[in-house]
Amino acid sequence: MEKNKPNEASPVKADNVAASEAGPSRRELLVQGSKVAAGIGVAALLGNLGNWALSYAAGKEPIKIGILHSLSGTMAISEVSLRDTVMMAVEEINAKGGVMGRMIEPVVVDPASNWDLFAEKAKQLLLQDKVAVVFGCWTSVSRKSVLPVFEKNNGLLFYPVQYEGEECSRNVFYTGAAPNQQAVPAVDYLMSKEGGGFKKFYLLGTDYVYPRTTNKILRAMLLAKKVPLANIEEEYTPFHHQDYQTIVGKLKKFAAGGGAAVISTINGDSNVPFYKEFANQGLRAEDAPIMAFSVAEDELRGMDTSALVGHLAAWNYYQSVDTPQNKKFVADFKAYCKKNNLPDGDKRVTDDPIEAAYFGVYIWKQAVEKAGSIEVDKVRKAVYGSKFLAPGGEIMMDAANHHTYRPVLIGEILKDGMFKVVSRSKGLVKPEPWSEFTNPEKGCDWVAHQGTYQK
Amino acid sequence: MKGQFTNVMISLGRTVAALGIVGLFLFSEQTLTIAADGPVAAPSTSSIEQALTQVTSEDESVREAAIRVLIEQGDVSLVPQLDEIRANADRSIRQPIKQLIDLFKNRAKLTSPNSDVRRSAATDLGTSGKPSAVPWLDAAAANEPNKWVRYTMEESAALLKLASDDPSIKAAAADKLGDLRSQNGVPVLKQLAEAGGGAEATESQKTVAKAAGAAIERIETWGVWSNAFETIFRGISLSSILLVMSLGLAIVFGLMGVINMAHGELMMVGAYATFVTQQIFKAFLPPSLFDSYFLTAMPVAFLAAASFGLLLEATVIRFLYGRPLETMLATWGVSLVMMQAARVYFGDLTAVIAPGWLSGGAQVMVGVYLPFNRIFIIGMSIVCILGVYFVLFRSSLGLRVRAVMQNRNMSACLGIPTRKVDAYTFAFGSGLAGVAGWALTLVGNVDPGLGQNYIVDAFMVVVTGGVGKLAGTIVASLGIGGLNKLIEPSFGAVYGKVFILVMVILFLQWRPSGLFAMKGRNAD
Repeated sequence: MEKNKPNEASPVKADNVAASEAGPSRRELLVQGSKVAAGIGVAALLGNLGNWALSYAAGKEPIKIGILHSLSGTMAISEVSLRDTVMMAVEEINAKGGVMGRMIEPVVVDPASNWDLFAEKAKQLLLQDKVAVVFGCWTSVSRKSVLPVFEKNNGLLFYPVQYEGEECSRNVFYTGAAPNQQAVPAVDYLMSKEGGGFKKFYLLGTDYVYPRTTNKILRAMLLAKKVPLANIEEEYTPFHHQDYQTIVGKLKKFAAGGGAAVISTINGDSNVPFYKEFANQGLRAEDAPIMAFSVAEDELRGMDTSALVGHLAAWNYYQSVDTPQNKKFVADFKAYCKKNNLPDGDKRVTDDPIEAAYFGVYIWKQAVEKAGSIEVDKVRKAVYGSKFLAPGGEIMMDAANHHTYRPVLIGEILKDGMFKVVSRSKGLVKPEPWSEFTNPEKGCDWVAHQGTYQK
Repeated sequence: MKGQFTNVMISLGRTVAALGIVGLFLFSEQTLTIAADGPVAAPSTSSIEQALTQVTSEDESVREAAIRVLIEQGDVSLVPQLDEIRANADRSIRQPIKQLIDLFKNRAKLTSPNSDVRRSAATDLGTSGKPSAVPWLDAAAANEPNKWVRYTMEESAALLKLASDDPSIKAAAADKLGDLRSQNGVPVLKQLAEAGGGAEATESQKTVAKAAGAAIERIETWGVWSNAFETIFRGISLSSILLVMSLGLAIVFGLMGVINMAHGELMMVGAYATFVTQQIFKAFLPPSLFDSYFLTAMPVAFLAAASFGLLLEATVIRFLYGRPLETMLATWGVSLVMMQAARVYFGDLTAVIAPGWLSGGAQVMVGVYLPFNRIFIIGMSIVCILGVYFVLFRSSLGLRVRAVMQNRNMSACLGIPTRKVDAYTFAFGSGLAGVAGWALTLVGNVDPGLGQNYIVDAFMVVVTGGVGKLAGTIVASLGIGGLNKLIEPSFGAVYGKVFILVMVILFLQWRPSGLFAMKGRNAD
């Protein structure tokens, strides 16, 4: 026993001695470590505060905006240009000092032409990245897919592409044409003496919501203008349809004797086989001109234009519009593409959706500066009625219906893929999302009413 | 000797120069029209000058009289002056002056050396509604060598005469249109026939209506026949396209049992190879040789697609023989990679311009206009079938391919290098896909999604025809193409396609192994 005690005591003592001789004990290590960590934490906090203080002094934190365009998949070819345009506008604005002294930080996501992914990415932008505004979408399907996300989370979307109307959302600003700013004036032009006095109309489109709705409106308009039912023909083809032999044969018969025009809402890669077949079967643009609503300079770039010369299109802007600010815009865009090594460099072209995307960014910037805040509700109010000198001329945002006043230009396709303006509207055309021909009883107003209302 | 030689050279040079100058005259439109107007008696310049000043008068009757004078006595040389007047005139006068300018221009074009220009001018005169063009058209038609241009001129003259006041001229014009079986005349003839059928119709109206009615009947009977002919052609054209696409797949899927979902992308490789060839020709060779790029592109497309096929076989498919589901999945992944790679690398500035000799078409009969590119593709598909037949059934390589396909183990025992034969077969099938892509640049556009447009149809044809038999592919493509074109006029494109798919599903329910099933034991 006595023997054990000193033995018991000594190991402990020995341990202690051993510990202090070998180095710091675990306890000491822990204590030291936590002190260091606390020190680092305080330093970081101070550093962050300092950083924040510095940036506050230097010009405040950046504003995040979202870019929701397909960069891969079938729509990539059209939408990549819109992403490039918004980035260019952001670069221009940042170079001039940003918005309210704050730089714009674009958050680019790729929904890959997948409509469900559009909604997911929109949610990510609004909830995770907490962007102040989103510039995006092209097809009506993608827009309809993201609409519930924006409305539920009170986000703001600027949509730059011409569409079929019948929509009036509090959370979207439509900078592209409504049907009364593209389809209806185009048919008016064709029926007029100046346009050729056409009396027979062949409505040809791809089978989805935009052509179906547009043709519904055009049919109502033609019947209202006393065009006999036998002189209106409507036909649809599936997406990616390549064989237009039968349809062109029908067109030939329809156009026999003259006075017929084709209103084409064919979308995507079906355009090329259609125009090729049309020309190869011996039809000329004089026999039955094709008025297209989805063929712009960007689409013409990838086509053999010899089959298209002489045919028509209706837009609110062309690259060939002769204004000083447009010349600058086109030169800037080409230089931007070249500088950033984007595919095709300075051979890139501008067209209506590109111009609409561009001035959409500036309209938002103006509204933020007018409202003094990036809050959606304040910015929205500031957008109503605002004006901007876009490359194609001055445009104005409607005071209540979230659409844009734009001029209507009818263009004829030239051999180099550019358009010659053959007719222009007198001034800006007021946008009507609910067409007077199909829904005369409906209107769209977010100031005096709650959106769509019965007149 | 030397002197004689120099003399010969000098006289040769003179002849060439003379011929050149003559040729310059003959092929210069300007000089030709001057020559054409030469024999006409020079009109008194003062009345033309007077008319030119009066054409902008406020009084409409004076204007119309002036225009009449100008039409009678003027010619295309007045166009520059008229252009000037039009530029300075206001809106109401610009339209009639433009019509006058068009009239003069078309009259001059009636004597152009280019038959397309002549035909175009005749068509425009026919719809201009100006009866003064009738003598010009009659005169031009009398001297016209080209059958179809003459047809258009006679048709236009008859159309203009239909608007005349004299009922006998009207009736004669209606008869002429009936003779010509002209579809363009139908709308006006129908109006005349209706006018004569009314209660208050006069005698002359009734005779005209009778002539119009007879003409309409002849035109419509002919229309039925020409429509049938065109539908048959369209069916054959679509079948040829389907065949060209499916031949490569028939070899790969049918003979080797490999489900290649990247078949469409191999077609895309062929199409892009054509585009690249075109760009090379544009960049490095003189424009006169441009049209020959198309035929040069065919072997390029074949080789490019075949090499891609070899690569695909060596890296992916080789490990997955006998496992169809895995090959399907793996090749699907490869197809996505190839599509996006094309998108990134080529972007969308990929217009393929058809060579001159393949654009436009030939008018074979009245109402039947056959595009050259489709005739070419039909010819191409026949060449492809013959090529495949000779390679597979008449060459030693084909013998080995068939041996390996029928009994792999026995062939290996007999000393055939089965691995190599597999690679060659796959490369051959891929090469055929490349040729299909090359042919398809004539009809469609070259873009990364090209393969996706055609892959479903290609599989449908191969499966319906019977996997393993090439004759089955041919018959199936004829059947599907023909049926599609028969249905489409009545049902429209969307429902036509639906109908075909439903038919194929029902057919496969009845005969699961396709039209021409492989008989005997399956030698996997």
